[in-house]
Amino acid sequence: MASSKILVLAEQQAGKLTRASLNAVSAARQLAQIVGGGFDIAVAGQGLDAVAAALSTYGAGAVVQLEHETLAGYTAQAYAQAFAAAAKASGAQFIVAAATSIGKDMTPRVAARLGAGMASDVTALVAHGGGVAYKRPMWAGNVLGAVKINTAVQVFTVRPTEFPVAEASGGASAVEKSAAAVDAGSLRMKYIGLEKVESSRPELTDASVVVAGGRGLKEAANFKLVEGLADLFGGAVGASRAVVDAGWVPNDWQVGQTGKVVAPKLYIAVGISGAIQHLAGMKGSKTIVAINKDGEAPIFQVADYGLVADLFAVVPELTQKLAARKG
Amino acid sequence: MKILVTAKRVTDPDSKIQLKPDRSGINLDNVDFKMNPFCEIAVEEALRLIDAAGDGETIAVAVGDSDATKEIRTAMAMGCDRGILVEADETQLDSDAVARVLAAICAKEKPDLVLLGKQAIDGDSNQVGQLLAEYLGWPQATFAYKISLNGTSGATVQREVDGGVETVSLTFPAVITTDLRLNEPRYASLPGIMKAKKKPLEETTAADLGVDLALKVESVGFEPPPARQAGVKVKTVDELIEKLAGEAKVI
Ligand SMILES: Cc1cc2nc3c(=O)[nH]c(=O)nc-3n(C[C@H](O)[C@H](O)[C@H](O)COP(=O)(O)OP(=O)(O)OC[C@H]3O[C@@H](n4cnc5c(N)ncnc54)[C@H](O)[C@@H]3O)c2cc1C
Ligand SMILES: Nc1ncnc2c1ncn2[C@@H]1O[C@H](COP(=O)(O)O)[C@@H](O)[C@H]1O
Repeated sequence: MASSKILVLAEQQAGKLTRASLNAVSAARQLAQIVGGGFDIAVAGQGLDAVAAALSTYGAGAVVQLEHETLAGYTAQAYAQAFAAAAKASGAQFIVAAATSIGKDMTPRVAARLGAGMASDVTALVAHGGGVAYKRPMWAGNVLGAVKINTAVQVFTVRPTEFPVAEASGGASAVEKSAAAVDAGSLRMKYIGLEKVESSRPELTDASVVVAGGRGLKEAANFKLVEGLADLFGGAVGASRAVVDAGWVPNDWQVGQTGKVVAPKLYIAVGISGAIQHLAGMKGSKTIVAINKDGEAPIFQVADYGLVADLFAVVPELTQKLAARKG
Repeated sequence: MKILVTAKRVTDPDSKIQLKPDRSGINLDNVDFKMNPFCEIAVEEALRLIDAAGDGETIAVAVGDSDATKEIRTAMAMGCDRGILVEADETQLDSDAVARVLAAICAKEKPDLVLLGKQAIDGDSNQVGQLLAEYLGWPQATFAYKISLNGTSGATVQREVDGGVETVSLTFPAVITTDLRLNEPRYASLPGIMKAKKKPLEETTAADLGVDLALKVESVGFEPPPARQAGVKVKTVDELIEKLAGEAKVI
């Protein structure tokens, strides 16, 4: 029987584990260091035997596999019911999920069902007054706030870039497969489908190199300069809001306060001014390179290496020389 | 059709936000305020949906101190029919309290649809819409990119999600939260501003609505984010490559 203090809500899409769930597992391990005890993992959907087996290697007390026909396509209403019921049954005091688009969408509903307070997009856990405080960026990352949760059950989502991808710890947790408690009659929403941005490139949030472009590229067609450089590294492509708004690139590429948060080994910003809302999504990157013709652009305040130049001259040169180095 | 829409007052995204030296909160000197950008998008969408539906009413709501009437008036100047201010001490609110206040208003007003922003750009919590939907037992579509009404009984919504665009259909009453690319909000016109002065703005409190504001989530402190040092400027592409290879060791 799942009965640990901490419950991780894992995420899967089409029967494949979402990698960010393993960042949430790391957060659960860190939390266990602070509050004691262990953690269980719950996963919901349909046809999840393989996902549950994969999750059973991370040192959880138990893996709770929740299946129901209403969970075949993701909807916030059904998933929140399934997870909240499992959380109640396990008696967990702490519920954690990754702040992915699904995590952000569903977790507050789980909290509401449990009468729990919730902290979003947490970047660090610290001991506080015999319990735990949650640190989280506010005001586009201009401020780091710490909050405590006053309810008996505490729910939080974690920013994946701030917690490592958990390594499997060997051993096998017991898998408890059951019918999820979803009241089908109460559901008034239907999953229709997902129009995927097809790409051979790695996910923006998983890539070790991200090359991002901004309005300095002047027009959509020039984005291929950014893509060419990214492909040289086997990297992902990111963008500022300005160019996403302009419709040059998919929504999914936006980096920033209201887009994706990334923390690759190398982030190259091309023709991006570095507005605070953009910095909020990339300033955790290990090495930052900025290419901008305006030496005063704020992006240079966070860049390790700044090249003040016309991108139309230096990006092709950089791409060509890096390609030559690789041989 | 009746739509309830939020008009939260926030610090202007273009203002520089810094901690007070004693770290007790944000230094509000020289900081401007305006309507949360995601709420502006929600107001715009509400007005467009009512146009598309043929007729109906839009009500702009804010929870906050009396200054928030400015944002409600702005929403009415854009075209909302009336406003509701729920007066509360903004420093003593969490997303859950706001959601419960809004749920109480929905119980009274019985809207078909509530439109909110996906997040407030001050707290960046991204919770209120989802909490509200659950408290009401309603369906939700967060991060809306495109909303198409299915008559007056529901909507099909395209949502911005990791990896692409997802489509869901909802039966009203429902909650939808807006993402940036849903629309381009209009500016309030001068006649709109004049008209807004005469539109009804009801003031109430959480206590009147029977909502207990006890905080579930409480601030225990603030700190500046980890500082990042500006690095060096390189002069040439060759120098950049040398640094990336030799110093940063990323290539
Ligand atoms: C509520 C809200 C949320 C937001 N969320 C986000 C977010 O999540 N992510 C985000 O990115 N933005 C976000 N923004 C927008 C943000 O404030 C900026 O407007 C945006 O990031 C600017 O994009 P940009 O840098 O591409 O364009 P600009 O600011 O126009 O910068 C273009 C840069 O290109 C340089 N340039 C021009 N020509 C050349 C050339 N030939 N060679 C080299 N350099 C050149 C210029 O010097 C300039 O610095 C948000 C704004 C708001 C209000
Ligand atoms: N005090 C408030 N008054 C009115 N609407 C609010 C308030 N706080 C949050 N909201 C709405 O809820 C959305 C999400 O807020 P949050 O969960 O705080 O990020 C915002 O975009 C607003 O639409």
